[in-house]
Amino acid sequence: MATTEIRITGFGGQGIILCGYIIGKAASIYSNQHATLTQSFGPEARGSACSAQVVISDTRVLYPYVTAPKVMLALSHDGYVTHKDTMAGDCILVYEKDLVRLEDHGITARTFGIPATRIAEDLGRKIVLNIVMLGFFGAVTGLIPRDALRQAVETSVPVGTEELNLNAFDKGYEYGLKLAGKAESKV
Amino acid sequence: MKADPSCVLTGAHYLDGNHACAEGGIAAGCKFFAGYPITPSTEIAERVSQRFPLIGGVFIQMEDELASMNAILGASWGGVKTMSCTSGPGFSLMMENFGLGIMLETPCVLVNVQRGGPSTGLPTLPGQADMMQARWGSHGDYEVIALAPDSPQESFELVIHAFNLSEKYRMPVLVMTDECVGHMTEKVVIPPAEEIELLERRYTDKKPGEAWPYDPSEDGISPMLPVGKGYKFHVTGLTHDNRGYPVINAEAQEWNVRRLMDKVNKHVDDIIWLVEKDIEDAEVVVLAYGISSRVVQPAIARARTEGIKVGQIKMVTVWPFPEKRVRELAEKVKAMIMVEMNYGQVFLEMDRCIAGKCRSRLVGHAGGTVHNPFDVYNAIKEAVK
Repeated sequence: MATTEIRITGFGGQGIILCGYIIGKAASIYSNQHATLTQSFGPEARGSACSAQVVISDTRVLYPYVTAPKVMLALSHDGYVTHKDTMAGDCILVYEKDLVRLEDHGITARTFGIPATRIAEDLGRKIVLNIVMLGFFGAVTGLIPRDALRQAVETSVPVGTEELNLNAFDKGYEYGLKLAGKAESKV
Repeated sequence: MKADPSCVLTGAHYLDGNHACAEGGIAAGCKFFAGYPITPSTEIAERVSQRFPLIGGVFIQMEDELASMNAILGASWGGVKTMSCTSGPGFSLMMENFGLGIMLETPCVLVNVQRGGPSTGLPTLPGQADMMQARWGSHGDYEVIALAPDSPQESFELVIHAFNLSEKYRMPVLVMTDECVGHMTEKVVIPPAEEIELLERRYTDKKPGEAWPYDPSEDGISPMLPVGKGYKFHVTGLTHDNRGYPVINAEAQEWNVRRLMDKVNKHVDDIIWLVEKDIEDAEVVVLAYGISSRVVQPAIARARTEGIKVGQIKMVTVWPFPEKRVRELAEKVKAMIMVEMNYGQVFLEMDRCIAGKCRSRLVGHAGGTVHNPFDVYNAIKEAVK
């Protein structure tokens, strides 16, 4: 039974929940895996650090919460600091290079940084930074097939923004392909 | 009859448990929803309010939960399938009129997305501590039917099942989900409409003037009378006779309340739905419902790999309680363990039915998160010592 716990963290408004939703949807609807998404609710999630958790498995997910993520996507420094101590020993940390300053994790984590916000700005809409991040995540982790992620993006973003978002996804994915296998190890 | 294809979103979706409840209700033919928003149930009302205009349903955001419960009772008598949703404090507010629904024998479905209590408690975190309130929350003697889904998929399916039970037994039916299931997003497969079997309301086949709303019937469930078709009748929360008119004496009370009890008690074998696993050789049986029935599974699997003979009963229906089954098993096994997110509510029923025949254990906590499977594993180990 292969199970992967993923945490996505950032601040409210960055599209953290949508990012988690697309990962879960890609895994469970478009790539024949099981995926359970849970998210933080409440006032603490509005504007300040928020997080979404996805558990992906080849069998039914029985315990729905993430306890020690094998993959963490950090889109803000606050979110990163709040959750970095939960990372599993061999965690893959995917982070927004301009927004997160890496610190000592006390564990071996493979880290992959991307200036997702700048790439999104170059595409004309900063709001798609989460989708740039998603593409990047797809390439560096290889957890979910590219096509599955693309289909999930296409069917989850607002009508009329599909092209922009798919473009953002591809930019992130390609950036990731160049970096894949070249992770820096942070201890 | 089959579901109306225009109401069924056939296909594979990635939905949270609350949206799945809404889709279940819509697929079941619900055409009237009255509610008052409360976390963590609001997404049900939200989705219904978005979908109803497309399928000709009526959605009303009421002034409060008392009015919401009353509105779904009234609309049900008006001839449509109705539902509402709420949580914690809202469930408390609905209790008086839930009892009215029981007394009037009114089909409808109420979803309670349980959060941590008492009072406003934990609006954004799960609990299962409304289970005794579901059973006894309104005053007087009565029986209830309550279902507990463990996933968005099951939320969809059990809301449909709840509608069918409510029509079959002519009574409000409770779906007792929780914040974890309600806010958890998973794949939900909605089948084609022709694969969704619905029970329609049973109306009298007698002519106006010859039928009354509580006429005795063979199975104890009276057919309803349609409104606007010439039938004259009265409904009241007061103790009433077969015509629905108040009769304030002990004989009428016995007749009236007895039928409320009997229609559930005489059909428990039809209503109770248990999913049993590895019970044949079990020395320990873990009972759980809703999300708890799911998180106990890794613990049971681990104990099994260590040679402990442990089985599981997942209670899809919590009320009526599976009294007969628990009594049977208590004669055979060493211990039974109830796992629930409260300090022992349904446990009390299990313990009563075990009646000292085997060990009886509770794995409970005050809510706020689901059980740690290790706690369940430890309880299993402890129980076989």
